Amino acid sequence: MNHIYFYILVTALMTYVVRAMPLTMLRKPIRNPFLKSFLSYVPYVTLAVMTFPAIVEVTQVRAAGVAALLAGVYMAWRGKSLIQVAASCCAVVILIELFMKI
Amino acid sequence: MVRKNTEAERVVFLFSKKEFREGVQAGIPIGIGYFAVAFSLGIAARNAGMTAFQGFVTSLLCNASAGQYAFFTQIAAGASLLEVAVMTLVTNARYLLMGCALSQKLAQGTSLRHRLLIGLDVTDEIFGIAVARPGFLNPWYTYGAMLGSAPFWAVGTAAGIIAGSLLPGQIVSGLSVALYGMFLAVIIPPVKTNKAIGICVLASFAASYMAGILSPLNRLSAGNRTILLTVVISAAAAVLFPIKENEAE
Repeated sequence: MNHIYFYILVTALMTYVVRAMPLTMLRKPIRNPFLKSFLSYVPYVTLAVMTFPAIVEVTQVRAAGVAALLAGVYMAWRGKSLIQVAASCCAVVILIELFMKI
Repeated sequence: MVRKNTEAERVVFLFSKKEFREGVQAGIPIGIGYFAVAFSLGIAARNAGMTAFQGFVTSLLCNASAGQYAFFTQIAAGASLLEVAVMTLVTNARYLLMGCALSQKLAQGTSLRHRLLIGLDVTDEIFGIAVARPGFLNPWYTYGAMLGSAPFWAVGTAAGIIAGSLLPGQIVSGLSVALYGMFLAVIIPPVKTNKAIGICVLASFAASYMAGILSPLNRLSAGNRTILLTVVISAAAAVLFPIKENEAE
């Protein structure tokens, strides 16, 4: 890609605007019920859409991705920390793929 | 709004070595976690054809997992600048909410300069530790946490781009799910107590899977599918399960 730094600048600026805007401009909580509800669901929906089915497609063996999804959901459900959840997903994939390739 | 700060408020945004040091101490373990996740992000960046330096710069400027992941995917797909701008807004929309919550933690007299600096690095984790501080937030605590964690994020991304090609397939495959593990750690715990979020997550999984195989949605880029599904599902959820006025975030 030719103007890659231009792209980086755009994504960096947009990211910054989203973060700095409420801190600098908003001194009161949002009142509009629809907007407030919409914004509160956005993070979960975006992350969920990005996670599945991508997590089962990114691994070399599909079963390893499915196992990583189950392990991640289980660990997160048990209230494990972000690092523990991410690490168990990794470990499950590495073990299953090692096992299946041999 | 002109308003005199009370003595307690004024103390809150003055430089404090103690606050700064506590911030760094909280930031370093976050940074170690970032390194692993950034490594997997680096693999996505490498797949998009980015150099280690480009990945390093992107991570240093953005500090955003989902947003950067979407960005690298879009670069790989040859997206337009406008698509990148819109996608960045959508994938980082949660920071708008976090920013709103965090703005309530700042003493009203906190200067614009401090507000702009804090805004550089409102990540899920730094937001989490910042709102958990008792009373008003001293900006220097946040700066300490940023300094302790952000370098790991940028270096981890560069390391993923460089070393991603040197590692055996299983290891790369394993590390590339770290990012999704991190996403799961954010979306799953609230499902236990909030039925609406649970329905949102399940509907999102199902819709995302269907959109990937059904025409004409499967012809959209992954990034555009994410934008479309996010807006539609979140709006539907807002209509079906509106949040009560005084309910906690």
